[in-house]
Amino acid sequence: MISFLEFFVRYFPDLLSGIGMTLLLTAEGILAGLVLGLAATLARTYGGKFWRSLAIAYIELFRGTPLLVQLFLLYYGLPGLGIALSREWSAFLALGLNSGAYQAEYLRGSILAVGEEQMLAARAIGMSKWQAIFYIILPQALRLAIPAWANEPVSLLKASSVVFLIAVPELMTRAKMIASRTYDPIRSYLAAAVLYLILVYLVDAAMKWLEQHTRLPGLSQARQK
Amino acid sequence: MREFPPILQAKNLTKTYGENVIFKNISLDVYKGETIVIIGPSGTGKSTLLRCLNLLTPVDSGQIFLEGEEITAPSVNQDQVRQKIGMVFQNFLLFNHLTALGNVMVGLTKVKKMPHNQAKEKALQELERVGLADRAHHYPAQLSGGQQQRVAIARALAMDPLVMLFDEPTSALDPELIGEVLGVMEQLAHEHMTMLVVTHEMGFAREVADRIIFMEKGRIVEEGTPEDLFERPQQARTREFLGRISELYGKREKG
Repeated sequence: MISFLEFFVRYFPDLLSGIGMTLLLTAEGILAGLVLGLAATLARTYGGKFWRSLAIAYIELFRGTPLLVQLFLLYYGLPGLGIALSREWSAFLALGLNSGAYQAEYLRGSILAVGEEQMLAARAIGMSKWQAIFYIILPQALRLAIPAWANEPVSLLKASSVVFLIAVPELMTRAKMIASRTYDPIRSYLAAAVLYLILVYLVDAAMKWLEQHTRLPGLSQARQK
Repeated sequence: MREFPPILQAKNLTKTYGENVIFKNISLDVYKGETIVIIGPSGTGKSTLLRCLNLLTPVDSGQIFLEGEEITAPSVNQDQVRQKIGMVFQNFLLFNHLTALGNVMVGLTKVKKMPHNQAKEKALQELERVGLADRAHHYPAQLSGGQQQRVAIARALAMDPLVMLFDEPTSALDPELIGEVLGVMEQLAHEHMTMLVVTHEMGFAREVADRIIFMEKGRIVEEGTPEDLFERPQQARTREFLGRISELYGKREKG
């Protein structure tokens, strides 16, 4: 029997390409989700009745159903409507749409926390509603959202493993392939677990850095006390 | 020596929230260079009146004119009107993510589209005016309440407003910080800035106001010069209110 370390080193190149895909899917999903989540939150908080209902419907639908169901609907379901997406596109869309619904909730909480009064002060110097949102509300709300929002990249990174079910060649898919090739599921999936753990640690560190470098002087000091 | 028309004129303003009448048929003329102080018990619609005057809150009926032009007309661009009416809030409401300088500049760069350097120069002048040029790069959380309120005044002044509205500007301040804010307001009054001030600071009202308006339960009970109101109030309610306020002040000073 070879040691886990030897096993790990032997199959690392294979796993590494999986890591690349996992990180790519996570990054794309987070960015697409941020854009979608921001749009949904703004529509929900400041939009008219139509946009508000649309945003709520989107958020509830994608938070209320499993990611796997969404993925299968996109990959296996859409071709029935004449829309055939590649595996990668289906994975990217599912992760982005799903994450957007969660990110919308994180952002909404912090927009509410910034409060109506900042809007009032912005309007009082002659800003339009949208100027106030972009120059006054969002810069504060995004900062406020970071500590809670920072869970989302970690959570999406792990959730991205479900796309192995449509055989997108990411970390989990690689691990499964190695497992069936070597008949050694324990070492294969343990290797995947170790790598996920390292990735999560790195993403966490990046989030802490982000949090620290967007802190407002004075405010953070007050909070630390 | 009043210049006609009044710089700000309210005609028969009425505001209700559901069953609650906040104020009814309020009319008010503010002339250029005047300092008007509005006094009265809490919850009598003074703050709401100020918010209605710069269109932050819509009135139910009545008209408001700025330099003779009706700003309550539906076709008016409200954002443009608000640039011309400065507002200072009870709890300062500085933009927390911006430095003192940033707070004063943001209206100039984003609303007036002034070039960055010009805006910075103007903002520094306004901070100088309220005595805070040395705090330009501090964030609101690094400033005392009094300093925050002075930055808020500078932020409003930077827009070169025709009128400044002050909504209980010292009510949220520790007693020892009130003086610096009142000092800035007094200086503005001497520079003939047109001001409408809601406050409980009777000393300020007495010393600085050209006219005092006593409001209670959503209507104007009495108005006149500080002398008129403090020395010979016509209405029993005015006498009673001023009596209670000075009693309160006496107690506060002793304590």
